[in-house]
Amino acid sequence: MEQPENRTEQLQEQLKIVKTESPWKIAVRRFAKNRLALIGLVILVIMFLICFVGPFFSQYTLNETDVKNRNSAPSSLHWLGTDKLGRDIMLRVMLAGRISLTVGLVATAISVVIGATLGAVAGFYRRYADTIIMRIADVFLALPTLPILITLGAILSDLKVAPEKRIYFLMLIIGILGWVGLARLVRSQILTLREQEFMQATEALGLRDNRKIFRHLMPNTIPIIIVSATLGVAGAILTESALSFLGLGVVPPTPSWGNMINAANNLIDFRKRPWIWIPPGMCILITVTAINLIGDGLRDALDPKMKNR
Amino acid sequence: MSESAVQLDKTRSSGSGEPLVQVNNLKKYFPITGGVFQRRVGDVRAVDGVSFSINRGESFGLVGESGCGKSTIGRTLLRLNEKTDGTVHFNGQDVHELSKTELRKLRTKMQIVFQDPFSSLNPRIKVGEAIGEALLDHGLVSRKELKDRVIETMKICGLADYHYDRFPHEFSGGQRQRIGIARALIMQPEFIVADEPVSALDVSIQAQIINLMSDLQREKQLTYLFISHDLSVVEHLCNRVGVMYLGTMMEMAPTEELFSNPLHPYTKALMSAIPVPDPTLKRERIVLQGDIPSPANPPSGCKFHTRCPMASDICKQQVPEYRDMGNEHFVACHFA
Repeated sequence: MEQPENRTEQLQEQLKIVKTESPWKIAVRRFAKNRLALIGLVILVIMFLICFVGPFFSQYTLNETDVKNRNSAPSSLHWLGTDKLGRDIMLRVMLAGRISLTVGLVATAISVVIGATLGAVAGFYRRYADTIIMRIADVFLALPTLPILITLGAILSDLKVAPEKRIYFLMLIIGILGWVGLARLVRSQILTLREQEFMQATEALGLRDNRKIFRHLMPNTIPIIIVSATLGVAGAILTESALSFLGLGVVPPTPSWGNMINAANNLIDFRKRPWIWIPPGMCILITVTAINLIGDGLRDALDPKMKNR
Repeated sequence: MSESAVQLDKTRSSGSGEPLVQVNNLKKYFPITGGVFQRRVGDVRAVDGVSFSINRGESFGLVGESGCGKSTIGRTLLRLNEKTDGTVHFNGQDVHELSKTELRKLRTKMQIVFQDPFSSLNPRIKVGEAIGEALLDHGLVSRKELKDRVIETMKICGLADYHYDRFPHEFSGGQRQRIGIARALIMQPEFIVADEPVSALDVSIQAQIINLMSDLQREKQLTYLFISHDLSVVEHLCNRVGVMYLGTMMEMAPTEELFSNPLHPYTKALMSAIPVPDPTLKRERIVLQGDIPSPANPPSGCKFHTRCPMASDICKQQVPEYRDMGNEHFVACHFA
């Protein structure tokens, strides 16, 4: 009586294991089938390699000036030419990339931590916590981002913050201004999750609230956090570039893609010396496009409702 | 396994006679809101004044159609829902009066097994952790002992130790229900609410799970509230049975008494629907007319009068008294 039952069960189990894959494996497989997203990923990896490894192969250093070759066009000596102080553009573009990518990643990390936590708390506790957090979110959403950033940038300049430290403030500011969208996404996700039966089970087991939130609810919101964060990195890079272009973000001599474009702020440089502004501009364009392609690919791959695998 | 279940039938006693759970006039209304301002425009009377008690070591069955409030009672007993009115006492403590920390402590003593083994397990948590996390969270066991305890409990529930690091989606429905049972059992509770634990499983697996539950009851001296709409399951497993209709208890009696001598017309109709594996037997099948009325607007008098074959004028006007007919047999009908 016992034996055959057990055997069929084992058989069933083997079949099950062959048939079902973990949600992550399915997502990876679907992502790998998305050609555009893969191209984006490859480009981004190359971009990172160029920015973080490339400078080691350069014969120049960051603030070294080649006085004889100022404003020179691309040549065998300076592959992408030099600026008006005779600094090598190629090296500066690579080092600027380090700054811009780091600012983008760290700023996004900050807004993800704030947004996910506040969103989870609002969705889990509802009532007062929800009302307060979501009203604050509405206030942040109503603030016009660029004027605020410009004002804060001007304040930083006024306080004479050292250029190296400015980057950290910049990350913080961009991060703090960017949490609202994710907080709303996480909150709505958690509002639906908390009604699921497995959350009733955690209540019946008498688990602590922080375990319910961080062990049970948050892991189920990871897909939307990943997608939102990926697209957020592109946004943060653009914001940083815009601010730096306006002279309120990363300030020279520290290079960033934004303030390098600003170097070509007169008509002569713009028309006669395109090698000054085209390389950093192309870098922004390519990086942001690549990240957005990855983000779109991830969204499709992680969406359980997409049936065609 | 099936042999031991038969044995259980013979040795079945109605517990030690000392009540573990006492429910008194319990009501649970869910508000219906409407309009622009979400005003309360009515109530769904899911549970409308139900009283019963469950003795230590016994299993009490609760049967009725879907939507009659069985599951709501189970959940309100454990305070997964807040009650509207009435009291629930567990071991002498009023469950709905406890503070958050007191309630958390009591949670280890009363557990629930859910109906749907698919939605009651978090898809992103490994089975071993899902079973053991509550022990850890309550500080009942050290991290070192945890795994041994979990594997021990998994084995009791018919799972293997190599299942420890697997995710729920790698299991079949019956195995998932075993995981759900293990999760409830590891806390060493005194009382388990089984909320239709087998209705989502196919028949061959149902028998396994029911036998597992009755074995566990015998070994661990558990007390069950067994919610089901399958009368034969209840007859097999329970000492006493309550029959519910539209949020009210219609009849309650020891199992054998209820099945041999049903007094309420609703119970009789339910009994006549149990399939009997004998094709030559001619039975009188009582088919109820109409649908179950809305619990938001229950009928006057006896709630069953709209579908009762015996209904008369008195049923429409007077709520029948819940009477003791002797032999622990209670019924709410004017004609019983």
